[in-house]
Amino acid sequence: MFKYLKQLTSLVAMVAVLFTFTTETMAAKKSKTLKNTQKKGFVRCGVSQGLPGFSNADAAGNWTGVDVDVCRAVAAAVLGDANKVKFTPLSAKERFTALTSGEIDILSRNTTWTLSRDADIGLTFVGVNFYDGQGFMVRKSSGITSVNQFKNGISACTNIGTTTELNMRDFFNSKGISYEPVAFEKADEVVAAYDSGRCDTYTTDKSGLAAQRTKMSNPDEHIVLPETISKEPLGPVVRQGDSVWEDIVRWSLNAMIEAEEYGITSANADSMKTSENPAIKRLVGAEGELGAAFGLDNEWSLRIIKQVGNYGESYKRNIADTGILPDRGPNQLWTKGGILYVPPAR
Amino acid sequence: MNFKLKDLGPQLITVIAVVLIFGFFTYNAQINMENRGIDFGYGFLSQESSFDVQFSLIEYDGSHSYFRAYLVGLLNTILVSVIGIIIATIIGVIVGVARLSPNYLINKFAAYYVEFFRNIPLLLQIFFWYFAALRALPLPQDAEAIFGVFFLTIKGLYVPAFIWENFNIFFYSIVAAIIAIIVIRFQAKKLQETQGKQIPVFLIAIGLIFILPLLSFLIGGVSLSFEIPKLKQLAATSFVYDGGLSLPPELIALTLSLSLYTATFIAECVRAGIQGVGKGQKEAAASIGLTPNQVLKLVIMPQALRIIIPPTTNQYLNLTKNSSLAAAIAYPDLVLVFAGTALMQTGKAIEIVSITMFTYLSLSISISILMNWYNKKIAIQEK
Repeated sequence: MFKYLKQLTSLVAMVAVLFTFTTETMAAKKSKTLKNTQKKGFVRCGVSQGLPGFSNADAAGNWTGVDVDVCRAVAAAVLGDANKVKFTPLSAKERFTALTSGEIDILSRNTTWTLSRDADIGLTFVGVNFYDGQGFMVRKSSGITSVNQFKNGISACTNIGTTTELNMRDFFNSKGISYEPVAFEKADEVVAAYDSGRCDTYTTDKSGLAAQRTKMSNPDEHIVLPETISKEPLGPVVRQGDSVWEDIVRWSLNAMIEAEEYGITSANADSMKTSENPAIKRLVGAEGELGAAFGLDNEWSLRIIKQVGNYGESYKRNIADTGILPDRGPNQLWTKGGILYVPPAR
Repeated sequence: MNFKLKDLGPQLITVIAVVLIFGFFTYNAQINMENRGIDFGYGFLSQESSFDVQFSLIEYDGSHSYFRAYLVGLLNTILVSVIGIIIATIIGVIVGVARLSPNYLINKFAAYYVEFFRNIPLLLQIFFWYFAALRALPLPQDAEAIFGVFFLTIKGLYVPAFIWENFNIFFYSIVAAIIAIIVIRFQAKKLQETQGKQIPVFLIAIGLIFILPLLSFLIGGVSLSFEIPKLKQLAATSFVYDGGLSLPPELIALTLSLSLYTATFIAECVRAGIQGVGKGQKEAAASIGLTPNQVLKLVIMPQALRIIIPPTTNQYLNLTKNSSLAAAIAYPDLVLVFAGTALMQTGKAIEIVSITMFTYLSLSISISILMNWYNKKIAIQEK
């Protein structure tokens, strides 16, 4: 009798092990990218070649910025360590090819979400981590205070391979102004050319203008005009065809934003486990089985919040405290007058 | 039988290997693109490009097609290559000859020029001319006029535009002059071969090329006026020149750096060519009573050219391919416009890169064919 019981328990244990093993690997199997990432031990992330506040490397090679934090969040969720990220700096021209060819697994490089990019070229946008719009920068001494003062013959410096080039044409055409587009491959050269007086105005996303202004020889001599000529929702991108990986990246970003909404920060995340609010308990992994759907454990979001922080912390650290854009503008929570609104994590 | 197999075997294996490699790459690309939901096709070339280009030789704006944008880039590449090749050749020949000069100063100056410019990476030189040298130029409002009509500013070189009347008559007069020169040259050669008489063809040619167009002005009703660029204010401290022709600083910087860099290599080719002709040739020519000019023209140069042309062809090819560095300083060449902006807007990486590669290949092969033809023409005609 005892012998049978022993056999039975070992059978049950075996089935249990097998079962957990298969459920674990089923999600991992569904996502080739997740499996590869776990095997390699790091997340492969494409970033910019240097845009303060978004993705910028310091002298020691440490990357910081809100775009960088998205990749760090994914690394925290799937590998347990926010530092296990390999960053690949990419020009605007190279970025999509790097992603579709499989050189990187997440593209988090202030990339505008548009229909043609989403539908045409084998990419999927997973969300928005910064709401931006295209603007113009001019020299203060020019006396220009509004885009309505632009005249025929104005020369505008910008980057190639961006939506900026298209918006600029639409804008100048609608105003009936003839202009000279001077388009460079790298942002540093755009700034150098504008700074030297080659162009009358420098146009790109307003966040970019604010960040690049800090690189000018004398930032106080330049102003960003108040008008915004386009919608530029910037967000992380993944390859088409791996919906589990897509979900992991999407919800890593969403978890950061929702954590801010519920007041969960890197400092108080552990103590929130005993919260009365079930929504908070779900986010810190004290309730529900949210991670299982991705093939992750239940503390994936807790690790994101503890290691990277919530969206507000990331914004403050990278964009507000560095003096780039102290005012959060539309990138404020919907509960505080902004337009950051994410589906609930449940 | 055995002999034939030995001949054909390696060739057959090579052909099969090439076909297999290409087949593998095509198949691999196809599978991967299918997996990632990327369509393949050249249909986008007829779509509206919706981006503008700074500088174009043909009429173009964003309402034209991607194919038109491709032509704009291609023509800009050809433009900078042709100007670059001409200037590099002129500088190269002068410096190459100067390196052989008995004058110490000229000789050393040419040597230092060659050593300096050919040992600095081209991209650095392009950045230098664009950001360091051209940045030192004045803003439009501070520019001093050169000869009263040229303005060299940070926004470019502004020159007067020609406004022609009855331009076709002027054009025909030049064509007539050129035909006349060819006929006279032919006759002069015949005259020398049959009667040993020499006529100053060169002087007559110069006379014709000036006098005939001049006549078209005096009696043909051709007139020419200039449109001089005028300063125009855009804002309190923002100015630009209006009217006339403008050459963007990107074009100037790129041509300058490409020519100065390539000229060093051409100079070395020229020096090698001249030094390659035996000293005895010169002495023999002088001893039969040829003037120094004739020695150079009839004896030295024809032999030197045979040595100079093949390596110079390489330099022309290099210059053309190096012009793709234009993207770094915003000169809208093929790489910037087509393999840059157009690639980004359409996402058709494989299609656009293949077209661009094929275009550069065709350009290079065209230059090669032209230079090989010239090389054959001046080669020793063995009977």
